[in-house]
Amino acid sequence: MKKRVVITGLGVVAPNGVGIAAFTHALKNGISGIRHDAQLQELQFSCQIAGQPQISEELKAQYFTELELRGFNSTGILYGVIAGMEAWKNAGLPIEKNEEPDWDSGTIFGSGTSGIDKFRESIYKIDDLQTRRLGSTVVAQTMNSGVSAYLGGKLGLGNQVTTNSSACSTGTEAIILAYDRIQSGQAKRVLAGSTGDSGPYIWAGFDALRVCSSKYNDNPEDGSRPMSASAAGFVPGSGAGALVVEELDSALERGATIYAEILGGHVNSGGQRGSGSMTAPNSTAVQKCITNALHNAGISANEVDAINGHLTATTKDSLEIENWTKALGRKGTDFPYINSLKSLTGHCLSAAGSIESVATVLQLHEGFIFGNTNCADLHPEITSLIDASKIPLQTLEKSAAIIAKASFGFGDVNACLLFKKFQK
Amino acid sequence: MNKQELILKLKAIIKPYTTNTEAFDNLTEETDFINDLNINSANLVDIVLDIEETFDVVIDNVDMERMLDVKTAVAIIETKLAAK
Repeated sequence: MKKRVVITGLGVVAPNGVGIAAFTHALKNGISGIRHDAQLQELQFSCQIAGQPQISEELKAQYFTELELRGFNSTGILYGVIAGMEAWKNAGLPIEKNEEPDWDSGTIFGSGTSGIDKFRESIYKIDDLQTRRLGSTVVAQTMNSGVSAYLGGKLGLGNQVTTNSSACSTGTEAIILAYDRIQSGQAKRVLAGSTGDSGPYIWAGFDALRVCSSKYNDNPEDGSRPMSASAAGFVPGSGAGALVVEELDSALERGATIYAEILGGHVNSGGQRGSGSMTAPNSTAVQKCITNALHNAGISANEVDAINGHLTATTKDSLEIENWTKALGRKGTDFPYINSLKSLTGHCLSAAGSIESVATVLQLHEGFIFGNTNCADLHPEITSLIDASKIPLQTLEKSAAIIAKASFGFGDVNACLLFKKFQK
Repeated sequence: MNKQELILKLKAIIKPYTTNTEAFDNLTEETDFINDLNINSANLVDIVLDIEETFDVVIDNVDMERMLDVKTAVAIIETKLAAK
């Protein structure tokens, strides 16, 4: 029999809530974390709104020493460490100053880049012939695995400590990789998650691609509009999500709170063939990723009660819905409930999959389906595929048993996970 | 600047990098940065930069490699200050 794998800890640093309590409240009440961004305006971005977590100096000081904060300039590591350590504590796991590392625990904490502001600061110094004055932490802050390295040290992890990277599917992929590692018996628990830097130097490339929302600079909270007829691009976001993924036996032994079970998942790529390209999904691959995830989880499409989609608020939202209808063989009123977190957070890029997975698990654990905002004007292509009642505009007090979560990314990569409300 | 003043200034620079407060409080010329104060060896780079800034001197890589305890650090700083 396959090893059962569960989630025993959650942590989050989201634009609309830092910490699980604040984030859950925001989720249930449709509180947006999208704000006007003065720096983006100054730099004449077409999109001048963004989702950036609000972190106080006091909170920073709870997670980093004074020494670590000297010359510290990496929002991605900041978010990842706070979310990761919250998840660890939330799981009831100890943070000790022990001699021996915890050989059974590791972390797979993804990221798209690392310390992009530190990198920029360093580049200016290097070009000014000041390389010898860079200080000792440039490598740790700018290596892509910086976030997992910081977490590994703070928690004393002795199993695999790594960072995965697969564009906007990074976070979902990290959880699948953690699940696989536990399934294969190589670790008892893995802190899985992902993080994403904030700021113009990470978001500019998307603005240049003209894929960001530029018509709502004066009304930030209306700017991210997944599934809406008036959707006109995504709002850039940032943050981190973290989940302690653990072998069921270990979780039961510890008497840990079990938030949900991971039934299975799948990652694949469309190979940038057919309709796929660097920036567009190969729909056949998307559908195959979903059906393979169902197969891996050992469930049928009819058992899926709800979907937390990728749904970024670009023109691809209708195509995503179409792919779900085809993969599940369900449409109209038979389609599961579907929601997108991005209306409240923007698109958190490499952090999206993990923050949204935290939201998905919270829905299962607490028995609600959060409402979608900014899509009262549903796109007609979407309502021609699924019934409008399946896209709740208000949070529903409904217990779902199984929720599917998918993320898709540049490079034509896909990841799909199936979470289930835990039952012994 | 006499030696005691210099050590006092050096102590202020070292403080944030040390994780052994007892050894720090009892710092003498014999105190070793890594073995006694538990300073991460990578942070020696930062300490050198702070010394350069505080004393307005330049410490080359050869001197930096030797600068592993209070006594050597003081001697190097004194030499640099005298050469100014």
